[in-house]
Amino acid sequence: MAGTVTLGQALNRALRDALAADDSVVVYGEDVGPLGGVFRVTDGLTAEFGEERCFDSPLAEAGIVGTAVGMAMYGLRPVVEMQFDAFSYPAFEQVVSHVAKMRNRTRGRLELPMVIRIPYGGGIGAVEHHADSSEAYWAHTPGLRVVTPATPSDGYSMLREAVDSPDPVVFLEPKRRYWTKEEAVLPVRTAPMDRAVVRRSGDDVTLLAYGPMVETALEAAAAAAEEGTSVEVVDLRSLSPFDDATAAASVRRTGRAVVVHEASGFAGYGAEVAARLTEQCFHYLEAPVLRVCGLDVPYPPPVLEEHHLPSVDRILDAFDRLQWERTWTAAPAPAEVGA
Amino acid sequence: MKRSDDARGSAPPLPSVEPVGLVDPTGRRTEGAAYDTPEPGALLALLRGMVIGRRFDRQASALARQGRLAVYPSSRGQEACQVGGALALADRDWLFPTYRDCVSLVARGVDPVEVLTLLRGDWHSGYDPRRHRCAPQCTPLATSAPHAVGLAWAARRAGEDAAALVMMGDGATSEGDAHEAFNFAAVWKAPVVFLVQNNQWAISVPVDKQSAAPTLAHKAVGYGMAGVHIDGNDAAAVYAAVSQALEAARDGGGPTLIEARTYRLDPHTNSDDPGRYRDDAERARWEERDPLARLEALLRAEGALDDAAMDGFEKEAEITAAAVRERYSGDDETAPEDLFAHVYHSIPAQLERQRRDLLAEIGEG
Repeated sequence: MAGTVTLGQALNRALRDALAADDSVVVYGEDVGPLGGVFRVTDGLTAEFGEERCFDSPLAEAGIVGTAVGMAMYGLRPVVEMQFDAFSYPAFEQVVSHVAKMRNRTRGRLELPMVIRIPYGGGIGAVEHHADSSEAYWAHTPGLRVVTPATPSDGYSMLREAVDSPDPVVFLEPKRRYWTKEEAVLPVRTAPMDRAVVRRSGDDVTLLAYGPMVETALEAAAAAAEEGTSVEVVDLRSLSPFDDATAAASVRRTGRAVVVHEASGFAGYGAEVAARLTEQCFHYLEAPVLRVCGLDVPYPPPVLEEHHLPSVDRILDAFDRLQWERTWTAAPAPAEVGA
Repeated sequence: MKRSDDARGSAPPLPSVEPVGLVDPTGRRTEGAAYDTPEPGALLALLRGMVIGRRFDRQASALARQGRLAVYPSSRGQEACQVGGALALADRDWLFPTYRDCVSLVARGVDPVEVLTLLRGDWHSGYDPRRHRCAPQCTPLATSAPHAVGLAWAARRAGEDAAALVMMGDGATSEGDAHEAFNFAAVWKAPVVFLVQNNQWAISVPVDKQSAAPTLAHKAVGYGMAGVHIDGNDAAAVYAAVSQALEAARDGGGPTLIEARTYRLDPHTNSDDPGRYRDDAERARWEERDPLARLEALLRAEGALDDAAMDGFEKEAEITAAAVRERYSGDDETAPEDLFAHVYHSIPAQLERQRRDLLAEIGEG
């Protein structure tokens, strides 16, 4: 497959190739069979591989993930789909109490090579419960690998790697980017899925983004370049484990960092990134690490979501707040204020 | 691909409201029993397993009182379910036990010391799940039930003639995961048997506050699977019912929900106080329905058991208990760096830093 490919098509191709490569791979979930999934990521898989390999299950997320645990215990490599981010919450206990812990509980005697695919994030004008960014819940749980691709090539490569991984992987698919196009040749292998990559090189500030925000970050970097600011964009890709080396190397060089994500900022993933960068790069930093995040509100209705989602302008505003006055001057003494 | 409404199957028969048994509390065979009574050899194995299991349980309770186990949830009174369920399994089958099913694991052949690893607090699970085909003991309620369904489905897909037995309590049947597991198992016709040990109490909450169903076994009907209600203090009945359900499951007949009516004679754990919620007279009534005495009486009356055989079982039980005591006199072998070894297949950089820091902190780095 060469030419223009969307993220959705790349993920579909990854599943198809994974099913063809390994008979222990099974794909199931809600509407993933003949319909091909509500986003068509499993399109054609039942027809090609049969109902034993790609099938519809009862509509119950804890049951889907829970049965996948048993299949993985037996030696299969199940790939299950949670139809939407907020619909994955019934499976929360299965994921945090069992999927994440089975290897540890059994001292490595039982491993769970399974993938939980979750379309996540907003920006598609969906009604409530269809636009959550749930990454912090999963990333907070030791034992899970949490990854999110931003490009079709990465979508293909990272999903193939996730299926082959001996660890359980929460695979977060940025649903607003399912239709993002790229000139690509599939199959393709990009950087390992546990590594961050530099998407655009720059010297003045490091902009760290992942999933749906990578495209926005690249737009912001292009806009900043026109204003004379050179922005390095780091696509984190792996939210857990975190690739400290790549992120810190960039920030040490630029001396400034902004983290961007759709999820609410409070106790969000960006707080972890900012804390790690501050701990590891403090003496290189010219300014505090800033966050550009969704508001601390429940995900808004479609007509208001533009106010919630980080935009290019909001990222540019953050750049402006990075204390570019290199010669730091003391604030005026209190007595002089208003004098 | 598409199915019509009339593709639905016929409803399974309703379970009996009265529990079905093979041997009554006085040790006599019941009239018109629903199952064939197991062979004398199987009955002797059940009695032996229950004698050893009860002694093991008593030893574990003692260790908990001495502070040598972090906690112990006794299954005294439930030996018929514990042993009858485990012995009905073939080697190729899988057992999915809960924290209260230690006796079941011992009956399955798991090293008693390794069974207690969780409750001693050395690690979360001590035995190799693959060696005896026993999943780790599950502490959250009903959450291992869908695991069993998935594993059984995978075994059938692989062409293996194996089934899975899931243990759960009456309280667990209220959990959403129980519902989802029942439903997945029935829809997939997975070779699974759900053994609900209805011991009447979910810590302090009686079963009539859990469910308004006529029996818990009646729940099966709504899922389109077989449901049976048996006397859970009758080891012969538990063994026969679980054996038959496992056989049906392996033959493609789908899952069965078995409710075994029994009683938790001891507190929920050694830190519980049942005096706050139940009448001791109730416990005393259930003591009279003792599963061991019942089977022993039957076997003696029918000439299948003599004093020498019974003494032999009791000696084995003492040996088991003594071995547990002795092996628990040493230190555990859990090392701090084990904390990092099995979180992932290989240790990521951020965990490796924490591992080095911890070892330095405790002077081993």
